[in-house]
Amino acid sequence: MISSFTVRRVLVAAAVVLSAAACAPEPAAPPAGAGPSCEPGALPTLTAGTLTFGTDQPVYPPWYLDDDPASGKGFESAVAYAIADGLGYPRDKVTWVRVPFNASIQPGPKSYDLNLTEFSITPERAQAVDFSAPYYDVKQAVVALETGPAANAASIAELKTAKLGAQVGTTSYQAIIDQIAPASEPAVFNTNDDAKLALSNGQVDAIVVDLPTAFYITSAELEGAKIVGQLPLGGGTPEQFGAVLDKDSPLTACVSTVIEKLRSDGTLAELERQWLASAETAPELR
Amino acid sequence: MILSPLARERFAYRRSRARRSTLVALASTVVFAGAVVVAVTSAPGWPRVQETFLDVRIGWESLPAIAAGLWLNVRVLVVAELGVLVLGLLIAVLRTLRGPVFFPLRALATGYVDLFRGVPLLIALYLIGFGLPALRLQGVPNDTAVLGTITLILIYSAYVAEVFRAGIESVHPSQRAAARSLGLSYRQSMRLVILPQAVRRVLPPLLNDFVALQKDVGLISVLGAVDAIRAAQIASARSFDFTPYVVAALLFVLLAVPTGRIADAVAARASRRQGLA
Repeated sequence: MISSFTVRRVLVAAAVVLSAAACAPEPAAPPAGAGPSCEPGALPTLTAGTLTFGTDQPVYPPWYLDDDPASGKGFESAVAYAIADGLGYPRDKVTWVRVPFNASIQPGPKSYDLNLTEFSITPERAQAVDFSAPYYDVKQAVVALETGPAANAASIAELKTAKLGAQVGTTSYQAIIDQIAPASEPAVFNTNDDAKLALSNGQVDAIVVDLPTAFYITSAELEGAKIVGQLPLGGGTPEQFGAVLDKDSPLTACVSTVIEKLRSDGTLAELERQWLASAETAPELR
Repeated sequence: MILSPLARERFAYRRSRARRSTLVALASTVVFAGAVVVAVTSAPGWPRVQETFLDVRIGWESLPAIAAGLWLNVRVLVVAELGVLVLGLLIAVLRTLRGPVFFPLRALATGYVDLFRGVPLLIALYLIGFGLPALRLQGVPNDTAVLGTITLILIYSAYVAEVFRAGIESVHPSQRAAARSLGLSYRQSMRLVILPQAVRRVLPPLLNDFVALQKDVGLISVLGAVDAIRAAQIASARSFDFTPYVVAALLFVLLAVPTGRIADAVAARASRRQGLA
């Protein structure tokens, strides 16, 4: 027989547990109006009046120079300021936060308004975050040491026996798996710096990076490294970088409009010429 | 067995009390679990969290790659653990050598423990994993799993050496005196009398270090080897979804459960022996 006293105690305990567990939900964002208004300098940003960009740490040339995104130097830094300008935020109204990869894509509230860190747009990823319109069409390239076994590969078939490496979480790694399908499992590194180190140590025969990074590595960073060639597009769809925004962010449409405008008026092409080497000089691997 | 009416009454009373406390415990557990579930699932962000951390399809798709990675973890773990036990015991014995003539050996062992207990594992991995191959010497291993295993053995044997040393020093000096007075040499008394007792005493902390090693094996992925955590990271980057990490976590927990049971069994056996001694 359970006494009423016990029942009362259980009920009290339950009430305590429930009231402790039922934390107040965060206030929901104000509902976006019908269609984006994109009022210059007055968007519903994280902090009113300023636009917060996110990017990884460290970031690499030619996308950002000297690991300083706020300098305006480097392709993505320049594009970021062009986007901010188009949205009506001058340079002094732009702030940067450094967020590692996993924090960029977590489901909770984001610490940035938009994030430019060479994020490739894929339908799978688009289920978890918002992507802006693309601001760069990217190709993947194979980098090897001139003295290494993979230096003179002229076709993808010749790379199948090589030990390849790439940075974790990149489409470069995906390109190795999908397009080269090497015999041995590719090595996966935390950063491109580690991948470059392993390449110069001879621990991997070649690494795969996006083409502008490949040009930068071979021209300025690694002695005696060369671009073996570009990889063809996987599945025939061009790979493109887009800015990452929170899922259903009220800013996505405005940012995309600005990027489309930058593309049509030639600004993006000009910035590419300024910061990125042209892609025509690397042979295409078949 | 004949019970007096009074004893029967007492027995029945005790049984009813036990039944009652079981029921109360059950009820409060159900209420508590229910409250937690309600609180979590009624949160405004729950659908989003469910999609990001508990997406069954993505988890299932990532499972083969993560399991293949875990196989590397297990292989490295077995080799590293054997290496750690041997090297750790050797260093502990060196540190407990007596006599002034052995000072350099003792100093060397002490220096080794200080150095490798002090160096963060991640930095040691970078220095050994990327530094050794950079020397371009003949015969230096180039395989990342091998280099990672060597580093783990170096670091963890320093910890385990201290565990063994504590065990050796906890054996009462009278044991050593008795062994020597029976005519056993230093080496024999160490092998037959001191070490068996020392090792038996430090089994629980040894198993603890073993579980810690189990999880630190994943750090060798910074050198490029794809272990379970790295495989989860790759799968997670493909879909911008964290479910693969949850899958990897569950696999690691499953891996740690047998270790925990072994530790319990060892402790139970030790306490039984204590009781019989």
